Amino acid sequence: MSAAQVTLRGVTKVFPAGAGGEPVHALGPIDIEIRKGEFFAVVGPSGCGKSTLLELIAGLTAPTSGEIEFEGGAIKENVPDGVGVVFQEDACFPWLNVRDNIEFGLRQKKISTDEKARRTSAVIDMMGLRDFTRSYPAQLSGGMRQRVCIARTIVAEPRLILLDEPFGALDQQTRLLMGDEMLRLWRETGATVFLITHALDEAAMLADRIVVMSARPGKAIDLVETGWPRERDSRIVERENFGAMTSRLWKTLREESLKTMGRAGSGA
Amino acid sequence: MSRLRLYQLAIVAGFILLLEALCLAGVIDKITMPPPHVIGRDLVNMILAGRYFGEIGKSLMNVLLAFAIAYVLGIVAGTILHGFKTVRDILDPLFATYYAIPVFAFYPLFIVIFGLGDGPQILIGILLAVVAVIVTTLNGLDRVPAVLKKTAQVNGLNPLQTALRITLPFCAPYLLTAAKLALAYAFIGVIGSEFIMARSGMGYEISYAYTNFDNATMYPLILMILLLSIAANSLLSYWERVLLDRRGQK
Repeated sequence: MSAAQVTLRGVTKVFPAGAGGEPVHALGPIDIEIRKGEFFAVVGPSGCGKSTLLELIAGLTAPTSGEIEFEGGAIKENVPDGVGVVFQEDACFPWLNVRDNIEFGLRQKKISTDEKARRTSAVIDMMGLRDFTRSYPAQLSGGMRQRVCIARTIVAEPRLILLDEPFGALDQQTRLLMGDEMLRLWRETGATVFLITHALDEAAMLADRIVVMSARPGKAIDLVETGWPRERDSRIVERENFGAMTSRLWKTLREESLKTMGRAGSGA
Repeated sequence: MSRLRLYQLAIVAGFILLLEALCLAGVIDKITMPPPHVIGRDLVNMILAGRYFGEIGKSLMNVLLAFAIAYVLGIVAGTILHGFKTVRDILDPLFATYYAIPVFAFYPLFIVIFGLGDGPQILIGILLAVVAVIVTTLNGLDRVPAVLKKTAQVNGLNPLQTALRITLPFCAPYLLTAAKLALAYAFIGVIGSEFIMARSGMGYEISYAYTNFDNATMYPLILMILLLSIAANSLLSYWERVLLDRRGQK
């Protein structure tokens, strides 16, 4: 569990200037190592480049400078095999039923039809979607649709799962339950999980290690090891030191969030 | 049957009854228009006698051909244009003003180029229909959520696979609207061209009957075109409703 699976070295991202504007330095330079099999979270003030960081690791966009490696290979502007992404927005395909939505994750895999069906069925059971296989996304709640998206990602058996605020649009109770679900999947699949979130308690509850990012341009300003056991669920919040954990995160983050608000207030 | 559907049927039935009353009362004279029940009876007789079947088949075939070519061409062109913003920006004014262009004015020119066969009529149908398909396809593609395109990237789909498996299926309701428009324009283009200058086809027969005061032929043929358009449109609308219901959009 200690070998680095993802390495970011001096990574920056500058978006080119729009019409009449100036280039936006969104991120970095940032150096991060994500260990194989860990649950890694990133928190930071809004607009600090958290989602950009995830898109860089996913290969959805290329860094302006620096290097990103996944399992020793450089990530450029293509999604490496073995990486799955769950987005905050509803990414279910409205024209496909639940089963077809999930099986879509296997479309590009060179495996037999029988194997695809077997793996899809296994994931449907794992995610508790057995009664909804023929339902269409519009017939499901937001939480259920997000489960379908997670199922579509894990059916491909990724070694690294990137989560971009996947529970951001859900209510608090559903978020806690989905957190439990994510912890269970993390243990069962053995994959590394990289979570972007703005919710400090969510990061503190789920992650082994948490990086706190500064206001834009986002840099890693703190790294917190939670030290939670691998076998855990949302009841971890009852632990005495859980409060201290979120307090530490907030202490670091508060100043950065104020900077962001000040910038917004000054109109800069 | 929904309340809306009942209202629609009531309006159509009311309009037919009004026409019937006006015709029977002599407000609309017989030379201008026979009563609707006579038009309906003439149409039934025409079908039972098998009259104009060849003409009808030929016109419908040309309409279908114009529709199919315009539809495929429009979707392909719309999908390609969507990827080239500058070209699209250049063409936008043309699309906006396209239907102000009197396409029928080019018909004599097409006859000179392609001869007095079916070609010019099909071409007019295509020219009228294709832009509606392009514009509607672009409209649908503009609405594909960015997250679905990212999902395509994550799943390793190339641009063609993305279009066929994600963006175009997402646009299916728009593509059905495009089909309805294309079919209507194909009908107008082909039948209208036959009406102006042709040697056969439904439009030609309507025109021939018109110049000969043959109301017993002209009105039933017009009614048949109307019924065929409504039938095709209803079928596409039904399909559209099924798709929208599935997506939770009414």
